[in-house]
Amino acid sequence: MRLALALLTLTALMFIASLTIGYTPATLGQSLTALVSGDGPLGLVMQEIRLPRAILGLMVGASLGLSGAAMQGYLRNPLAEPGIIGVSAASALGAVLALQTGFAAGFALGLPLAALAGALAAVLLIMMLAGPRGSSLTLILAGIAISALATALTSLVLNLSPNPFAASEIVFWMLGSLDDRSFSHVWIALPFTLAGWLALSSLGRGLDALTLGEDAAAAMGIRIARLRLILILGVAACVGASTAVAGAIGFVGLVVPHILRRFVAARPSQLLWASALGGAVLVMAADIAVRLIFPEKDLKLGVIMALIGAPLFLHLIYRTREEIA
Amino acid sequence: MHRSDIIRGLLAPVVALAITGAMAKADTPKRVVSMNLCTDQLAMMLAEPGQLLAVSQVARDVMSSAMAAEAAHVPTHSSAAEEVYLLKPDLVLAGTYTSRASVNMLRRLGIRVEKLPIATSLEQVSANMRQMGAWLGQDTAAETMAAEFERAVAELRARVTDRPRAALYYANGYSLGDQTLAGQILLAAGYANVATELGHAYGGNLALEQLVMAAPDLVITGEKYPGASRSEELLDHPAVQALATASNRGADWICGTPYVLRAITDLQGGLQHGLQEASQ
Repeated sequence: MRLALALLTLTALMFIASLTIGYTPATLGQSLTALVSGDGPLGLVMQEIRLPRAILGLMVGASLGLSGAAMQGYLRNPLAEPGIIGVSAASALGAVLALQTGFAAGFALGLPLAALAGALAAVLLIMMLAGPRGSSLTLILAGIAISALATALTSLVLNLSPNPFAASEIVFWMLGSLDDRSFSHVWIALPFTLAGWLALSSLGRGLDALTLGEDAAAAMGIRIARLRLILILGVAACVGASTAVAGAIGFVGLVVPHILRRFVAARPSQLLWASALGGAVLVMAADIAVRLIFPEKDLKLGVIMALIGAPLFLHLIYRTREEIA
Repeated sequence: MHRSDIIRGLLAPVVALAITGAMAKADTPKRVVSMNLCTDQLAMMLAEPGQLLAVSQVARDVMSSAMAAEAAHVPTHSSAAEEVYLLKPDLVLAGTYTSRASVNMLRRLGIRVEKLPIATSLEQVSANMRQMGAWLGQDTAAETMAAEFERAVAELRARVTDRPRAALYYANGYSLGDQTLAGQILLAAGYANVATELGHAYGGNLALEQLVMAAPDLVITGEKYPGASRSEELLDHPAVQALATASNRGADWICGTPYVLRAITDLQGGLQHGLQEASQ
């Protein structure tokens, strides 16, 4: 309960900070007044630039944190994370294909749907390769292969684009950014994000039971096949929607559950909502950091996340090295 | 002055060309190859028939070249030095930023290469026309074109009464200030440039928030390339669209040619007929 309160407070604080920190200097009072009234240029900045950005930071962060926690619960492996196992990269490939073929322009939900399809393909592939209890080695190796292939194909598609700017956007798709997003991005991501949250949050009891092993879980009335299906669809929806609008942001689902696990006595059901809130806090904080550190440079979110996440990832590999060997 | 007068002004040098063609000087280059979008267009306008052997491929790109249709009738080359050399030119026209390696190689091979400076003011545009005329041995046609251009610019400038604030806003939020041809077009059409106001006399990126807070009276965006890009998606952002926007005929704004006059009249027409129509 104390954890929930602390995370909710942090989420609210980060949301307000995300609204009030930006290129235009304005006090907290001025910003929030302009946000409500919508008057003048500052009103436009608050309502059309800062608000959608803060909402997207919250949505994307929660989605990625939740996806990481759910996958780790199911595979019982702390290294399972959408970015590391290639789901985000495959999702970005789907999004880029939709944009460059015109599918996204012809149909409003085409972009998130294509990103979802890419994510789905990668999750299915990972699940097939890793089996019911994914070993770290299979997960990481499969992730490397899927990521490398998806990233290469994304680069290929963007290089072949008739648009001279597309090729320079490979970095956005690989590292993610919330710069200059608008409410149109919120709206296209929202339905899939909500569906994904709903699906993954229903898995708590099943994941708790799975900690006792598959046989025990089955004995407790958990239908493993159904749980796996919901997990796959939920992760694909969450990661697909996030990547479609913000690019592939890595490590969120790795860092957040890792930090929060000790506070929830390692219970997957508790870790789900805690990681969702924690992910939202982390992504909003990272997005504030990119605005403060190099406001002119459009620093990518993935850079910050990698600086935090990669050392932790290496640490986790070190700890699980006996299992890997 | 109406738009039809301007168009007639554009065509005047072409008419003059027919007269001067007959009295070409003895040292007139006979095999001219152009390697730069801007020299391509000036050479197409000023060279006599048969004098211009080839232009660069970008001259046929409607997004960049105001004379893409004309360029369809002129052979193109890939801008590689060896390909240009094999055309056996006696004059190669290049721009300031044409690959130094290509220019040096052609000069080493004994070919005369002339570099046209980039026009960053309307005065430079007419100077470039005269320079091009001198290189091609078409001085009279060039003088007619330059004089007509100067007269038209003076007339367009005289129409300016007040100065609303406008911003040029292209992909990735790139904007151009007063010290550029596009900035000079904006000034001549009667606008004050927001980019210069914000300290970008030459050009630079304006953050979306910076643009919105500057509250320009008009935001001029470029045309979009085919295929999608996040860089151009910025121009559709609701915060940009909440301002008055118009998209320009981008090719007219790139090179110092008589089409600059069309860019200015388009903008002034937009002022008179409601901002949204400026895109027509």
